[in-house]
Amino acid sequence: MLLQVRNILRIKSLFLIGLPSGTLLAAVLASPPVTPSQAQQPATGTPTTASPAASSAQPGVASPFGAQTQQAGLSIVVLDPAHGGTDPGARGTGGIRESEIVLDFAIQVRRALELQGFQVVQTRQGNEDPSFDDRSATANAQRGAVFVTLHISSTGLPGTARVYVNSDLPPVSNSNGLIPWDRAQAPFLGLSKTFGDLVQGFLLQRFKGSPETTQTASVRQLRTTAAPAIAVEISSVTVENRADLDRMAPGVADAIARGVAAFKPSYVVASTPGAPR
Amino acid sequence: MTPHWKFWVIGGLVVAVLAAAIYFPILRRRVKRAARLQQQSEEQARRELAQPIAINPGDPRVKTKLFWASDTIDSTLVPVTVELPLSSDPVVRSKQVLNTLLAGPVDTELRTLPPDALLLAFYLLPDGTAIADFSEALATSVPSGIVSEQLAVNSIARTLEANVQQVQRLKILIHGQEMETLAGHLDLTGTFVVNTKPAQAPVKPASTPSSTDKPATLAAR
Repeated sequence: MLLQVRNILRIKSLFLIGLPSGTLLAAVLASPPVTPSQAQQPATGTPTTASPAASSAQPGVASPFGAQTQQAGLSIVVLDPAHGGTDPGARGTGGIRESEIVLDFAIQVRRALELQGFQVVQTRQGNEDPSFDDRSATANAQRGAVFVTLHISSTGLPGTARVYVNSDLPPVSNSNGLIPWDRAQAPFLGLSKTFGDLVQGFLLQRFKGSPETTQTASVRQLRTTAAPAIAVEISSVTVENRADLDRMAPGVADAIARGVAAFKPSYVVASTPGAPR
Repeated sequence: MTPHWKFWVIGGLVVAVLAAAIYFPILRRRVKRAARLQQQSEEQARRELAQPIAINPGDPRVKTKLFWASDTIDSTLVPVTVELPLSSDPVVRSKQVLNTLLAGPVDTELRTLPPDALLLAFYLLPDGTAIADFSEALATSVPSGIVSEQLAVNSIARTLEANVQQVQRLKILIHGQEMETLAGHLDLTGTFVVNTKPAQAPVKPASTPSSTDKPATLAAR
């Protein structure tokens, strides 16, 4: 029936580490602690995906990315200015368009993150409108990344900012080491919440009236993202003057950058594909 | 051929021209009217057909919780209790409470759903999954944004949760179709958890499950 539509049909797998097999093999071989038996894992070239481990990572579990992870950790932030192209997003009475403002916000967030030493990848640079899956794919192609999607709301108390993480998703079976694309966020929900609470805390310091903790919502963009992922929504396009929103940009950028920096120690790229959070 | 014959032919032609001159504007008006009717969207046609579910005054009046926006706390829902004669049939009951929810509160500022949105159909599967089919206005008129879209969906789900125990999950369709999002943000490809408790049949008219037990997927805080 109608319910059987896309959820059942769209089971795609993530291919996050298929391409740099040569580089990875070199990294594994160069890593002294990895035993030969452990080193056989990546050599199979089985498509798999990044997985979170955080502080719960099991000691002794071999990681084909062990050496690389220890060196890099969290270093990449994927920034997603929402909407774009023919989709303006929320529109205010004064001609304010969400798609334009989030792009301007992204520039400032990017600058603040780069000052902290993070590499930033944007899902769009100009007035394009990549699909939800394309945006997730940009994030899923990175290793050791976090994902932040930027939004401006139509409603809510002006001058406040909310952080959202995805609602609970059905658990992912780990039998084949693959994460279904449709539920790519499932193993990362705990990390996303930790990350979101940190950013929300910094936003609250700057913008009074904002919530104290992260909210949960079924945000489509977050569901297919295989990384700690949050949505930051700023209120709102109903302001009379666009300058009211522009004034918030430095504070939002600072809060996100500080949140990412604070989250960095608690995010260790997992050793086992599909490992629980 | 006689001149008499010519007279009748010319006379007939004049009559025909006059008749055409009178009939042509009438025909033109009819064509225009038909074109206007054709321009009516499919949804408008369905709207004419979609009869709001009748409330039977003979049904027992029960306290019904309807979730609309709070006027004190920003972007949150509060239950408003009204007494309505509700059917014991879960499908009819669901239609009755959702139509009342769509009609909106007295203070229109506290609406969570667009005033022009309609419930086109409502189904309840044996496993407790409800399918609510709304008109396009729900997607096109709800303010775009995570907070506003979540408020709209939560008001539907929590109203069902409080008044129809048989509904365990909710699937929202727009004009009979599955949509990726409601208005660009909230995911409509899955189902929303409504009641986590097993359904008890038949529904007692006065029973209103606690709304404090909110599932994480629908929590509106």
